[in-house]
Amino acid sequence: MAILGAINPMLSLDLDGDNAWRLADYVKRGGYTALRRILEEKQTQEFVINEVKKSVLRGRGGAGFPTGLKWSFMPRSFPGDKYVVCNSDEGEPGTFKDRDILRYNPHAVIEGMAIAAFAMGASRGYNYIHGEVWDIYERFEEALDEARAAGFLGSNLLGSGFDFELFAHHGYGAYICGEETALLESIEGKKGQPRFKPPFPASFGLYGKPTTINNTETFASIPYIINLGGETYLDAGKANNGGTKLFSISGHVNRPGNYEIPLGTPFATLLDMAGGIRGGRQLKACIPGGSSSPVVPATAMMECTMDYDSISKAGSMLGSGAVIVMDETTCMVKALERLSFFYYEESCGQCTPCREGTNWLYRVVHRIETGRGRADDLDLLSSVTTNIMGRTICALGDAASMPVQSFIKHFHDEFAYHIEHKKCLVPVEVQRAGSGFFTATA
Amino acid sequence: MLTSESLKRIDREIAKYPADQKQSAVMAALAIAQEQQGWLSSEAIECVAGYLGMAPVAAYEVATFYNMYDLQPVGKYKVSVCTNLPCMLTGGVDAGEYLKNKLGIGYNETTPDGLITLKEGECMGACGDAPVMIVNNRRMCSWMNPEQIDQLLAELK
Ligand SMILES: Cc1cc2nc3c(=O)[nH]c(=O)nc-3n(C[C@H](O)[C@H](O)[C@H](O)COP(=O)(O)O)c2cc1C
Ligand code: SF4
Ligand code: FES
Repeated sequence: MAILGAINPMLSLDLDGDNAWRLADYVKRGGYTALRRILEEKQTQEFVINEVKKSVLRGRGGAGFPTGLKWSFMPRSFPGDKYVVCNSDEGEPGTFKDRDILRYNPHAVIEGMAIAAFAMGASRGYNYIHGEVWDIYERFEEALDEARAAGFLGSNLLGSGFDFELFAHHGYGAYICGEETALLESIEGKKGQPRFKPPFPASFGLYGKPTTINNTETFASIPYIINLGGETYLDAGKANNGGTKLFSISGHVNRPGNYEIPLGTPFATLLDMAGGIRGGRQLKACIPGGSSSPVVPATAMMECTMDYDSISKAGSMLGSGAVIVMDETTCMVKALERLSFFYYEESCGQCTPCREGTNWLYRVVHRIETGRGRADDLDLLSSVTTNIMGRTICALGDAASMPVQSFIKHFHDEFAYHIEHKKCLVPVEVQRAGSGFFTATA
Repeated sequence: MLTSESLKRIDREIAKYPADQKQSAVMAALAIAQEQQGWLSSEAIECVAGYLGMAPVAAYEVATFYNMYDLQPVGKYKVSVCTNLPCMLTGGVDAGEYLKNKLGIGYNETTPDGLITLKEGECMGACGDAPVMIVNNRRMCSWMNPEQIDQLLAELK
């Protein structure tokens, strides 16, 4: 089964059975009616953009930018090539929801992209799929074939005179390609290095043409918004946080996986749905929005509801909705060391503060973890982060810095203990037991 | 050096992009060349560049930028284990250690019989299924406890 649990689901409703992803099944559950209605009733581009604005759908890829507003930036009546691009690069540690959307409901993404293309006057689209999920890429290619054969893609869609071609492009292992302008460079057949902004993609995007990039889940939500109406979609979540959202839960829970819940649902409810903490242990901390979002200690997390505003009040970000759960067996220094290594490895190297800074962050956290930390290392880390933040071309620099700042802020004593005693507060055997690897049974 | 089968597959990729943007197919073309050869030699990279009408150095840049291209020969099977934080919490690092012990090699090494190359990977977008590993960039293996890993190794011959 695709999604392990849900409250008032939309995207994950009725996905039982091996053929749920196929066009016939999608049509049976009401698929392609939104696109059909728009084209057959000759709705305007403004109508579509207004419904999306009313829904207060916020981008599901990380930044939470209002989708309707983003679409309105496109020069939609401007003649010439325009593109819509779907970001299925999903490389943010903790996130695996787009994979399941593409695996179990790919036509929702295709329909959402076709509607978006209509609303913005684009005639071509690409879906950039994470390199490591080859089976998902192959399935998406098959779904595209189905949609073309049924006349939902191609020229003169459903006799409306509107043309839309959509293709899949697969990545080959570079986290930075999730950044939207790096992704465009990558489709152009280059190294995935982010571009300076401005100009923004809406004026200078793929092949230099106006382009809008949205996340997989964002596009997949569009048909539901058109079918329900923007206001009803908004009401399914909470004010300023429209709709339901998929949350990927990983780490120390009994049932890691994807869950679809209305925005505004208490974190405690989500944790319960995921079976609670493994082995009856205690929650220590949670990274609520993918590895780039600041860590939140247990008590503050238990008071959050899962929406952009509540998580931001707790000092973090809802991000991609990837909830990384850590229990009391977790060594926070080791956890941060692994994240810092990741950002150091994945920095594209264009900006000096990011290239050098991520290297410093990793080296210093690594030496603390391996018992060689120095008394002033925590100050050093904090000064490195201030030298990175706000001084780079893309947000990876900030993404590398925020975990460091938040881990040290909330778990200062644990870092200080490591430096002073050259070992972890959490005994190594306890950490090992926490992973459950050696006690796991099939 | 690319077989007609590989060229046919590359042509299908080229057709996805505007006629004057053949270079967009370079990632797929390099992947196809790697699949044919087991790794990406300079010769293969230059051949792809020539076919797409791009400068060889531009194709090299792409081949060196993305992690899944192998610019050195690898074993018959390349096993990449995800050890990033979400996976680490539920055994990703332990699974890597288990594999190292079983195979008697470290990361980025190949068993003496040339069968298996072990790699440490980054998030594969499957963190809920940890421990996870990918064989030859294609086959994702989920929930890999010691027993499952033993089974996988027995299968990779
Ligand atoms: C380093 C980095 C990695 C990113 N990775 C992803 C990703 O994997 N998927 C994604 O949708 N957005 C990712 N983003 C955000 C995109 O740049 C972009 O904001 C998003 O795709 C827009 O879609 P949305 O408005 O629908 O969320 C990343 C951003 C940065 C800076
Ligand atoms: S911030 Fe880092 S990843 Fe982003 S462009 Fe600069 S060097 Fe590259
Ligand atoms: S962290 Fe291992 S697959 Fe995401």
